[in-house]
Amino acid sequence: MNNTYVFLMILIMAFCTVLTRALPFLFLRKKQTPAFVTYLGQVLPYPIMGMLVIYCLKDISLLKTPFAAPELIAVVVVVLLHLWKRNTLVSIIGGTVCYMVLVQMVF
Amino acid sequence: MSKKIIKEAFVKSLPVCAGYVVLGIGFGILLEKTGYGLSWAILMSVVIYAGSCQYVGVSLIAGKASLAVTAMTTLMVNARHLFYSISMFDKYKDAGKKKWYLIFGLTDETYSLLCEGACPEGADVHTYQFLVTLFDQIYWIAGSAVGAVLGSVITFSTAGIEFSMTALFVTVFVEQWLTTKNHLPAILGLASTAVCRLIFGREIFLIPSMITILTALTFMRKQTGEVEVHE
Repeated sequence: MNNTYVFLMILIMAFCTVLTRALPFLFLRKKQTPAFVTYLGQVLPYPIMGMLVIYCLKDISLLKTPFAAPELIAVVVVVLLHLWKRNTLVSIIGGTVCYMVLVQMVF
Repeated sequence: MSKKIIKEAFVKSLPVCAGYVVLGIGFGILLEKTGYGLSWAILMSVVIYAGSCQYVGVSLIAGKASLAVTAMTTLMVNARHLFYSISMFDKYKDAGKKKWYLIFGLTDETYSLLCEGACPEGADVHTYQFLVTLFDQIYWIAGSAVGAVLGSVITFSTAGIEFSMTALFVTVFVEQWLTTKNHLPAILGLASTAVCRLIFGREIFLIPSMITILTALTFMRKQTGEVEVHE
């Protein structure tokens, strides 16, 4: 495949990506934000974070061994660490190290 | 721009660093294997800058996809970004010249760092958001470049390190849970996405899930409208 074509593909991917991020800014007037958009702006971070957690876990299988045990254990470790220390870096590093040990040595 | 704000933004961006470097390396290796090396990896990470989209992009390039398929696939994979920009509309709309870079760089991870709008005292909020966004993209580009150059040389096993992204989102989820009284929106996000994953399969479940969340939020405005933040 020639490089010009691949370059064109990359430009299209770039354009479509920025489009999904910029649409509201292109169509909404900046002076008066519609009340519904302000409402969504306040409330959306909560369901989005739940959505992203599931999105990250989309490839796990509860039906096949090891029944997603590494992922589920590591998620519980992150939650417990965060409830205990409430330090983002501690929670992330602790959970990730736990997961790496589980997938490399246990399961 | 003071040293203090640069340092604060750097510390804020650290949770994304490991994940982006590692995922970037993974991307660089994959792209290199299809015959496109360092300059292509850097080009894609500079102009596209979207993790899952670039991974899919590698298979599109390898499979010689048509331009129409490339466009449609990108829009599908990235549709969730629409949520982030709606959510950040009020926070970014007065950012002046920085606005378009903030919008361009609004990835999952950057969104999760900035959606709560916290900013160090006395600092310009848009400069802070700009720096966090920029640091994140630098990690991503650096990872892609490293992957393209020495991906096959890495000897120690990094299997599982990609979990740091999951851990980041779980951490933000717990933090949000602890700082709000009304947990309905959070549960809505978890439950509707999980149900849609089961019904629609792993390829397209995010789109029905987004529609469900949006519909539910519209009709439950009374119940979800008061998401009071308390410390």
